[in-house]
Amino acid sequence: MNDRMLKGVRGNMTTLKFDEDLCKTCPTGACLVKCQYIDVGKDEAKEEMLKIIKGEDSIVLDDCVTCYACEEYCKRGNHPFYLITQRREDKGILTAPRAITRQWINIGEPRGKYKLGEMKEKALSFGFMAQFLELVKGRLFEDVMPSYFFGQEYFCNVVYIHFANTSIIKERLPMVIDNIKKLGVKEVVFMHDECYAAFTSLAPAFGMEVPFKSVHYFEYLYNRLQELRDEIRPVGVKVAYQRPCSSRLCPDTHHYVEDIMKLIGVDLVDRTYQGENALCCGSIFRMMYGYELAHDVQRRNIDDMVAHGAEYCVFNCHGCQDALATEIAKRGIKPIHIVDLCRMAIGEEPETEGE
Amino acid sequence: MSDINRSLTEIVGEHYVSNQPEELYFYARDPGLMPPHKPDYVVVPKTVEEIQKIVRLANQNKIPIVPMGAGMALTGLVIPLRGGIVIDMKRMNKIIEVNEKARYVIVEGGTSHGLLKSYLDKNYPRLRHSIPDSPATATIAANVMIHGQGRLTQQYGFNSDMVAGLEVVLPSGDICKIGSCSLSPDWFSKGAPLPDLSGLFLGWFGATGIITKVALKLYPRKRMRDVEIFVTDRGNLVPDIIYELTHTEMVEDINIFTQPLPMIFKDNHHITIFMTGDTDEELEFKKKLIFGALDRFIKGKDGGFMSVGLAMKQTLLEMPQRSVSRFADVKKGGGFEYSGPILLVERYLGCTRKLVELASKYDLAYSAMARIIGRGHCMMFGFSFTFNRADPDMMDRVRKALQEVSDYALVVGGVFWKPTIEEQRMAIEKMDPNTWNLMKMIKKNLDPDGIMNPGNWEVA
Ligand SMILES: Cc1cc2nc3c(=O)[nH]c(=O)nc-3n(C[C@H](O)[C@H](O)[C@H](O)COP(=O)(O)OP(=O)(O)OC[C@H]3O[C@@H](n4cnc5c(N)ncnc54)[C@H](O)[C@@H]3O)c2cc1C
Repeated sequence: MNDRMLKGVRGNMTTLKFDEDLCKTCPTGACLVKCQYIDVGKDEAKEEMLKIIKGEDSIVLDDCVTCYACEEYCKRGNHPFYLITQRREDKGILTAPRAITRQWINIGEPRGKYKLGEMKEKALSFGFMAQFLELVKGRLFEDVMPSYFFGQEYFCNVVYIHFANTSIIKERLPMVIDNIKKLGVKEVVFMHDECYAAFTSLAPAFGMEVPFKSVHYFEYLYNRLQELRDEIRPVGVKVAYQRPCSSRLCPDTHHYVEDIMKLIGVDLVDRTYQGENALCCGSIFRMMYGYELAHDVQRRNIDDMVAHGAEYCVFNCHGCQDALATEIAKRGIKPIHIVDLCRMAIGEEPETEGE
Repeated sequence: MSDINRSLTEIVGEHYVSNQPEELYFYARDPGLMPPHKPDYVVVPKTVEEIQKIVRLANQNKIPIVPMGAGMALTGLVIPLRGGIVIDMKRMNKIIEVNEKARYVIVEGGTSHGLLKSYLDKNYPRLRHSIPDSPATATIAANVMIHGQGRLTQQYGFNSDMVAGLEVVLPSGDICKIGSCSLSPDWFSKGAPLPDLSGLFLGWFGATGIITKVALKLYPRKRMRDVEIFVTDRGNLVPDIIYELTHTEMVEDINIFTQPLPMIFKDNHHITIFMTGDTDEELEFKKKLIFGALDRFIKGKDGGFMSVGLAMKQTLLEMPQRSVSRFADVKKGGGFEYSGPILLVERYLGCTRKLVELASKYDLAYSAMARIIGRGHCMMFGFSFTFNRADPDMMDRVRKALQEVSDYALVVGGVFWKPTIEEQRMAIEKMDPNTWNLMKMIKKNLDPDGIMNPGNWEVA
């Protein structure tokens, strides 16, 4: 690791591209009206957003629980959550306890402990999560593996929007982009929504250029399963899908869940907390706010899965899986990562089934 | 063959006595930092009668005796400072009796914590004892002898507070029973309602007698355990957090750690909270109360519950927790020593600052590990350093750092736990002279010739 790789391209100060007029003329105030954690009507929603735009105090800055959903609710291409995050930081409003924020910032610090596979023009990105090495196996990935990279040097850092800290993202993300560029890859398949969204939503929103093509792994899986179509044996189970917060930053990829399930013969139960109405896994809530909110959200979510007869809960994010796996297993639902479910469909042994 | 060697061989059999250099080499040292000193003989007896005979032989010949468990106390307490006979207790490892309803176990004086744990797990799944995080070979008798602490210490005090009776071979060679067992077949109390004579032995490091049997109180073992870690960047709040946690009376054990590496632990203080329950509901109820007790710190952004992944949970829930031993090898070369004074929880911040200051002064890898004793009544604060045994300079720096820890501990009102000889000297010097006179009187009466683990609790 050379110095340049660690220090990257500092001084690349970035500002959020946010169109005030879109909010002023918004006919719905959907970003806040639809919010599951703040209860406001259309007029109040617009009022609060305008206050935030002007840099004034707003209940939203105090009460937003960082579920990211407003990024999806806004259909006008603005970035309400990025703005809320920015304003909170400007005003020094903490979302999480200081120690939790510090811990996460420390975890993401580049330490020269990254790992590279045999790099090709197309590569898989695991963020900094080594556990993907266990997951990304078999025929689904044979045309790209072992071209992969992971480590803090390649970690998108988007998680810090939970902690109202965009400056750390602005500082680190350009270095990460630079580091990936130096790998010489042209196309990156991101195994985590947050990383994918970093390069397709957040970086553009903050005016950072991304010199490689970003592909969401759902799209990759879907295409790959199409190629292996003849080998698919319908799995024939009823599943609930746990949508992660970061999926809200790239909502255009969400349809792949249904597409993939159809392809592999899985019945995605039609439950209350899905799609736009999905509930957070609770792990961030627990760290930031303690017991009540996290417990309430988890309980409602799991009750909903049970009520709709799900046999499996399909995860996209390891964070969600860690937060919910034990509890859902106690309620008789098997936790499984979507990659493992797809592997089951082509007759391979899943790695994490029922863990 | 010398007379002593011949007599020892007659007592324990030729396989269980040695004066060979390779054995004496090992029995001259412990895994800590104290300089070695060779014994003249090592014996590994099997019965109380053999111990009695060894003690009588030593008495007649005025030969020092050093009882030894697993030698894991690390502070040189099993190093035979004046030579003589090391009595390795390992073969006396029988579990003699478990009284399930009265919740106690009687074990021999060399039984290890690991053995008792696996025995209970297998035969009495509803019972448990307060297991320390030392390697599983550590012995129960030695652990209570040094007033160790374990997983149940927050609830029931020092592990020695959980003793329910002793059988001791006195320096004269006589057997003495301590507690209810002195007049009853039942071992339910080490003292009350009689005068509590266990204090004549516990804390004396074998300088007043050899424990050949210990009765230990057992406690309900719940079906489930869980762990949470509360993190704060404000060391000064730790005593308040502990106060709130202990007030709930819902916690199994509370450990605190702070260390610079790995990065996930940098900059923060981690309060590890263990809890138990027989049902999900019980566990959840406790968790709710525990979270609730710390709500004001969360709302004030002064701390929060970190996310503890499955792998970390498994590591923390292990008993003993092997990660503690792994720290010993951070610098490779397997060197690890800590000074763990017992002091008030309110001294926490001062201790961490001192540790960081010393680690930086002596350029050492460090970790602070504290365990709450009782409902916040005091804590063991471990100033831990790891070192490479092949690096004498590093070892010397650790020695110097620990010396400074000893000075500091006394200044802030601490009492040394399993003190080195030097710390014993410092403690004696600071102690109320009348207390010291009383200790001397006890020692003189029990061990007039000073043959029992000499050097300990005596003024040179
Ligand atoms: C990694 C690590 C973690 C640790 N964690 C803990 C912990 O969580 N809690 C804790 O309490 N300790 C801990 N320790 C310290 C120590 O290992 C334990 O206290 C252990 O129980 C000591 O037992 P031992 O058999 O090794 O004692 P030894 O070192 O063999 O003996 C200790 C003292 O007892 C005397 N003695 C031994 N047997 C007898 C006997 N039968 N009769 C009379 N005197 C006797 C010895 O002469 C000596 O003075 C830890 C140590 C390490 C290395």
